[in-house]
Amino acid sequence: MDIIEILFTASFWAAAIRIASPLIFATLGELICERAGVLNLGIEGIMVSGAFAGWMAVYSGTGLWIGVGVAMAVGMLFGLLHSTLTVPFGLSQHVVGLGVTLLATSSTYYAYRLALPEVTSPPKIVAFQPYEIPLLSDIPLLGPALFSQTPLTYLAFVLVAVVGLVLYRTPLGLAVRAAGENPAAVASQGLSVTAIRMGAVIIGSGLMAVGGAFLTMSAFDSFFFEMVNGRGWICIALVVFGSWRPGKAMLGAVLFAAFDALQIRVQQTSLGAQVPYQIFLMMPYILSILALVVTSRRAEVPAALMVPFNKGER
Amino acid sequence: MDTSVVEALTLDAITKRFGTLTANDAVSLSLNEGEVVALLGENGAGKTTLMNILFGQYTADSGTVRVFGKTLPPGNSRAALDAGVGMVHQHFTLADNLTVLENITLGVGSLLSTSAGRSAARDRIKALSQKYHLSVSPDARVGALTVGERQRVEILKALYRDVRILILDEPTAVLTPQETDDLFATLRLAIADGLSVIFISHKLHEVMAISDRVVVLRHGKITGGVRTADTDKHALATLMMGTEATPPKVPQSTPGPALLKLDRVATPDVGNAPGLKSVSLSLHAGQIIGLAGVSGNGQAAIADVVGGLVKPAEGRIERGGSDIDRWTPREAVKSGIARIPEDRQKTGTIADFDLTENAILERYRSAGFSKAGWLNWRSSRAFAEAIINKYDVRCPGPDTPIRLLSGGNMQKLILGRVLEAAPQVILANQPVRGLDVGAVNYVHGQLLEARARGAAILLISEDLDEVMAMSDVIHVIADGQLSPGFGRGSMTPTELGLWMAGQGFENENAHAP
Repeated sequence: MDIIEILFTASFWAAAIRIASPLIFATLGELICERAGVLNLGIEGIMVSGAFAGWMAVYSGTGLWIGVGVAMAVGMLFGLLHSTLTVPFGLSQHVVGLGVTLLATSSTYYAYRLALPEVTSPPKIVAFQPYEIPLLSDIPLLGPALFSQTPLTYLAFVLVAVVGLVLYRTPLGLAVRAAGENPAAVASQGLSVTAIRMGAVIIGSGLMAVGGAFLTMSAFDSFFFEMVNGRGWICIALVVFGSWRPGKAMLGAVLFAAFDALQIRVQQTSLGAQVPYQIFLMMPYILSILALVVTSRRAEVPAALMVPFNKGER
Repeated sequence: MDTSVVEALTLDAITKRFGTLTANDAVSLSLNEGEVVALLGENGAGKTTLMNILFGQYTADSGTVRVFGKTLPPGNSRAALDAGVGMVHQHFTLADNLTVLENITLGVGSLLSTSAGRSAARDRIKALSQKYHLSVSPDARVGALTVGERQRVEILKALYRDVRILILDEPTAVLTPQETDDLFATLRLAIADGLSVIFISHKLHEVMAISDRVVVLRHGKITGGVRTADTDKHALATLMMGTEATPPKVPQSTPGPALLKLDRVATPDVGNAPGLKSVSLSLHAGQIIGLAGVSGNGQAAIADVVGGLVKPAEGRIERGGSDIDRWTPREAVKSGIARIPEDRQKTGTIADFDLTENAILERYRSAGFSKAGWLNWRSSRAFAEAIINKYDVRCPGPDTPIRLLSGGNMQKLILGRVLEAAPQVILANQPVRGLDVGAVNYVHGQLLEARARGAAILLISEDLDEVMAMSDVIHVIADGQLSPGFGRGSMTPTELGLWMAGQGFENENAHAP
């Protein structure tokens, strides 16, 4: 089977969409933060915490959707911590973000050990199952690829549209975008920059955690260390790749995921037998870097990204 | 209908301190409906602070603000807007990447409403634009607008909210004389509809033209209030400064040989800022060449070329009669060109460096300050101390970080650094921006002394009055093109204003071949 054939299999596209889903949640979350002017480097750790919190909730007996809600709530708490430090206190967004990542990651591992001190292999839960959308899932190739996914995947793609509509078609979205472009403009119209930015970071962090929860509740069915494995950092790049626009960022996530799905399959071809597999593992990252180089030169960065705003300062 | 005077605004004993500085000291002020009060004062007198308190962006330490009889909660811009107070800040508060409509409608109505109501908003903006002669396209991106248009957007922002009191903080600082006239025409229309205005300025002729009453603020205190009809510019100047400050006399001078020549120099555009288009300019010994123009029309490009920061894409530079091919900031400094940069905080000094380090920034490699690659702190410090004494830099000492100095004292250090090098050519880019009248006169006096000594000076300023008072020859720069030189006194402000607006250039739309 060569590469061209792989591109025409439903299982390849189904995998690409599945791999893209957690990236889409977290990328949307990061995008909301950055559109309001706050870089949230806590993303990697918040995804770890969401992956654990959602899975742990379900393992303790709640329903799957409650688990998603628990993950979101935990993410929002870390968002509250991040935004309190970066917005009213105006601390360095780099330092706070990395601090939140370290804190969220290690406190998650600590909680895991506290909750399950004696297990050697992590217990499994009954995760979200694929739901075949009637009629649509019968379309050849597209049906099994797009319309036989889990409900969380559908939610990810619906959220792209929702976030796009809110950002561009509502007064709230306008206020968020303005806070990232020129906070003084927001303040001069009688709005609170602090409230808008904190709100955006809290909501955005909640979405990042749901992205993490997708891993334990839809892609796999248990939690293990290192499972987020740099996906958060990929999402930071995807926001830039998407020029801070939800639709483009989604395309970027699918593209990256397709590379990832492709490299696994190419490893099993005759080509894969001759080339060290590490080369294939590198492929999605190298291609993403190339894509970033090409696209991000035209990207329009929010003008006030990482610029703290202090009312009444002179 | 009651015809008695309605008090629109009352400020009652407002006091505001920043650390040890009392910016406003028990300031009381009132404004009647339909009245224009000019708030006059030097830089640092506390005008902007007072207005920011009124608009809820600062919180006063004590005192109250009442609008139409209702006391406003302190530090709440939303409440001020809801009560009908609008403010046009000196530095515009617009988001460049958003459209005019988005900037105007931002925060009007509930944030949680589901519809943006764009078409209704667009209609309303168009109606307001027509009524008050504020022509601007609602769907244009603000970043693509001229400074004059941006100010119209700021005024529309206020009118869109039906404000009844409008605060204008130095609204004419960045406008051409024609744009200022247009602004005043708009204001008169709105005032006829019952708008009350507080007009902050230190330009006396504008205050005389627009206001009903003048209130003078000095060192944070109200020092006088007069009806405009009962006063004149001279009396206002005395009130504003406390004493009669006289600008330095400009003696006759005879120009010497050309020290620096630009010959048909062109540079590429940088973002929104136009590059130079075939600019020819010569700077002669003992002469001040003034460069007038609205900001962002190529002044930065000319300054960068003269200072060696940018090499021209086309054309030649001649220094002291010979062509130059290597042209870097170091070459420029070595050849005796000294710069007073446009932004003393960003490019003139390094904020956390002390005065000594800042004093030798441009010449730390020269013989007096270093030897075999080692800095000579003793002579550097002595140099800084000499500047501090000679130029009256008020500071605790040469080891003070320069960020702790006021703008005027920072500028004096830069001035000393420039003049102590006895330069042949001085590039003075906005040398007095943001300085009070005393410091302005001092800087101008020093520049005139340098001229008398035989230096060639290029004075770049957005303040037409300054350019006209100081320059032997005036060029106007507009969209990267340079006008012919006009001799001292040969042009009126209105005529120069037309050039500043881009009229009079021969090949207006033609590009250099």
